[in-house]
Amino acid sequence: MIHFVLLISRQGKVRLTKWYNPYPQKERSKVIKEVSTLVLTRGPKMCNFVDWHGYRVVYKRYASLYFCMCIDAADNELETLQIIHHFVEILDRYFGNVCELDLIFNFHKAYFILDEVLIAGELQESNKKAVLRLITTQDNLVEAAKEEASSLRNIIAQATK
Amino acid sequence: VSLFLDERHDLVILVVNTIQKDLRSDNYLVVCAALTAACRLIGEEAIPAVLPQVVELLAHPKEAVRKKAVMALHRFYQRSPSSVSHLVSNFRKRLCDNDPGVMGATLCPLYDLILEDPNSYKDLVVSFVNILKQVAERRLPTSYDYHQMPAPFIQIKLLKILAVLGSGDKQASGNMYMVLGDIFRKGDTASNIGNAILYECICCISSIFPNAKMLDAAAETTSKFLKSDSHNLKYMGIDALGRLIKINPDIAEEHQLAVIDCLEDPDDTLKRKTFELLYKMTKSTNVEVIVDRMIEYMINITDHHYKTEIASRCVELAEQFAPSNQWFIQTMNKVFEHAGDLVNIRVAHNLMRLIAEGFGEEDEGADSQLRSSAVDSYLRIVGEPKLPSSFLQIICWVLGEYGTADGKYSASYIIGKLYDVAEAHPTDDTVRAYAISAILKIFAFEIALGRKIDMLPECQSLIDELSASHSTDLQQRAYELQALLGLDKQAVENVMPADASCEDIEIDRNLSFLNGYVQQAIENGAAPYIPESERSGVVSVGNYKAQDQQETSAHALRFEAYELPPAASQASISPTTDLVPVPEPSYYKEDHQMSRSQPSGDSLSGEFGLKLRLDGVQKKWGRPAYSSSSTPSSSTSSQQATNGGVSSEVGGSTSSQARESTYGSKRQQATEVSAEKQRLAASLFGKADRKTQAGRKTAKESSSTEKVATANATPQPAKEQVIPSAPPPDLLDLGEPVSSSPPLADPFTQLEGLLGPASASPVVSETPASSTSKTPDLMSIFSDDVQTGVTSGSTEPSLGVNVVAAKKGPSLQDALQKDAAARQVGVTPTGNNPILFKDLLG
Repeated sequence: MIHFVLLISRQGKVRLTKWYNPYPQKERSKVIKEVSTLVLTRGPKMCNFVDWHGYRVVYKRYASLYFCMCIDAADNELETLQIIHHFVEILDRYFGNVCELDLIFNFHKAYFILDEVLIAGELQESNKKAVLRLITTQDNLVEAAKEEASSLRNIIAQATK
Repeated sequence: VSLFLDERHDLVILVVNTIQKDLRSDNYLVVCAALTAACRLIGEEAIPAVLPQVVELLAHPKEAVRKKAVMALHRFYQRSPSSVSHLVSNFRKRLCDNDPGVMGATLCPLYDLILEDPNSYKDLVVSFVNILKQVAERRLPTSYDYHQMPAPFIQIKLLKILAVLGSGDKQASGNMYMVLGDIFRKGDTASNIGNAILYECICCISSIFPNAKMLDAAAETTSKFLKSDSHNLKYMGIDALGRLIKINPDIAEEHQLAVIDCLEDPDDTLKRKTFELLYKMTKSTNVEVIVDRMIEYMINITDHHYKTEIASRCVELAEQFAPSNQWFIQTMNKVFEHAGDLVNIRVAHNLMRLIAEGFGEEDEGADSQLRSSAVDSYLRIVGEPKLPSSFLQIICWVLGEYGTADGKYSASYIIGKLYDVAEAHPTDDTVRAYAISAILKIFAFEIALGRKIDMLPECQSLIDELSASHSTDLQQRAYELQALLGLDKQAVENVMPADASCEDIEIDRNLSFLNGYVQQAIENGAAPYIPESERSGVVSVGNYKAQDQQETSAHALRFEAYELPPAASQASISPTTDLVPVPEPSYYKEDHQMSRSQPSGDSLSGEFGLKLRLDGVQKKWGRPAYSSSSTPSSSTSSQQATNGGVSSEVGGSTSSQARESTYGSKRQQATEVSAEKQRLAASLFGKADRKTQAGRKTAKESSSTEKVATANATPQPAKEQVIPSAPPPDLLDLGEPVSSSPPLADPFTQLEGLLGPASASPVVSETPASSTSKTPDLMSIFSDDVQTGVTSGSTEPSLGVNVVAAKKGPSLQDALQKDAAARQVGVTPTGNNPILFKDLLG
């Protein structure tokens, strides 16, 4: 089971967090600080797994971002490493050559994608096409809603003149 | 919403209703979103409210909905197993779903169920093996391939399940050997996901009934892992090796050099995993080397959690495989010296009992030798500084019990050592208590043996000091020692028998020796004793009443969750009809205005506020009525989608504000850290003061939002207009809806007016970095401009702003004089400004 997902930049800034267990707000800040320090100080040739308070943190660096997932000690670390890669590949297909700025300015899309890949701390969908299909359909739904709201606004504007 | 709440938040009760409606929607995307939110927000109390609908969705035509429904039920099972215990058959059915995604999702709850009760699912072994075979033969669609590996995540999950089912079961394991052999042959060591599958295969083989051929394949794969250059694969290899040597210890011998290399690797993760392996392969022949390595590593690490673990392992291995008493004592000394405060207190007690009773053998000579070596080593160690408290407790106890047992050391010498311990730790009452008790034991043993012992003057003063100690425990021990010194030989032998610390104590449960006193008390008129059973009866009656109340409360909670919204809606409509009769065309117009205001955000709300103020009390009363009446019409799917969009924007704004807050917080920290010169400190302190005022304004905005406007309709809108535009974050938020929605004629003009202050604020925030005395003036000018631009004709807000601006001057002037004086003066205006501002606007 995955307990939380963190995206941290190389400067230690948090770009995305997802918690699959109830953590109080204070504990979240403490966890982020500890895991950031733990991951950012490790060299590039070290293991991508590190012990942390009885759990395992699996992390992987892509360009300027560290993708971190906290799992149980009994779980398969290589599998979690591949889940991270799976998530990154989906982001890459969706945004096209995804970079840190995409995640900053479209973080809500990143959260949607993460909710499609993982749910309740488990891998939900290992089919990239299915995930992208769902996200695209959601985008179309949002666009349709915006157009409808826009047309309503035009009608109201004409009526008030 | 699911990002900021969790299941323990009170607002979840309100969200349950929304989730229920979304689950019934005909748009499958909305249903998917509701299921995702349910996984996160629905706690144990709310599961019954949504469970029936989720069960229905298991048969939904869309495979995405079925998949999420399975995951939601899995989450409900994790939260409250009893709520979904009657649904486990549904998981079996979903396993046969024609969509591989749903089948893969079903493996997650099945894995948890099988972990709890493997025997109930043995009949599924053949099904799992068949599925695994189909996957290995690439019968799933190619879209599930991952780096040319067919459905690797499903394979890994299936292997985990088979490992649990096949554990200790020869018949079940027999079905698995063929498919496991296939996976091994097709395993691809070139890719990470292939290695993950192979590793999971090794775990499976090491869990199920042993098979020689499978073990050979596993050993070969483990060898490849260990020889790899990748640290990740070495890590997996060490772990796999640890699993395999439980079955066949000879496998480890082939990889000794590889293991040693991992042990000396600078990577902590690899080193720890190697220690776990060594922990499993420890024997009496290699325990000394392994434990020495573990202790050496334990000394260097700073992670308390892992330090505790490795110290416990050292203790366990030492107790199990100690080659000699001498080595055992030395090892224990090292562990307690460096990790004494982290080791479980039970370990210390076990060590004491071990020294007292020996290793369970009947050799009294060996036991005496053990105690002598312990005493020798402790006397050597006791003078070192910074020993952990628990270690000192052990030392004092052992010296007290056995310090003079073999006649090697004099009682005075031991007592002197114990006195030194007590003096060196004046604040540790526990250690001092142990020391004084140890001194007491030595005196007792000497008196029992008929020897005379001289009291050291320092000891006498120590005892006098402890007799007046704040700790009643220390007082009692000191008084006991003084009393003991006055007793004769016979009494001392009875009170403190030698070597009796582990003797069993007989307990008279009925306290029969007190019967005489009880009888005497009853004769004097005391009330007889009421047995516990009667008193328990009274208490159980109370418990029954409490349970009854709880049931009533639960019923009320569920009722409220279902009935609240319609009742509120009806209650709101009735007064409006009586007070303000509105023609039908006007009603329709207002409804559309409300719809328009939502997408545009704050700016249009401000405009609407202006209208309300111009129209007076009547319009103010009409607004909430229309707002509540529009709620029933939001049941359409398009309206729900619109709400979703608005909710997304709101979430974005909140996150943006959060980042702004984070940035401000960091800047404030930088201010504190870099206070090196007086001028810079004064200047930075002035900046901090302005930030505090901005924070106050935000707080005031929140409080004004919470207020309920009844009679003062006119000043209320004015107040709302002034406050939101002052803080820079709000202005930055206003920019976002502007760019996302197409502009109209009248709103566009208003938004152009607002864009000016929004662009000016960043300039203001940059200016303080370069200037010192000019900063407050610029801040005042821009603040005044913002206020004037927003307010069309009212004079009250301008007056308030002027007062605030006037207050800034004296504060900054005082800051330039002294740091301390500046801080004191800085606090006072912060406290006064909100009150003045509130009074003026009120």
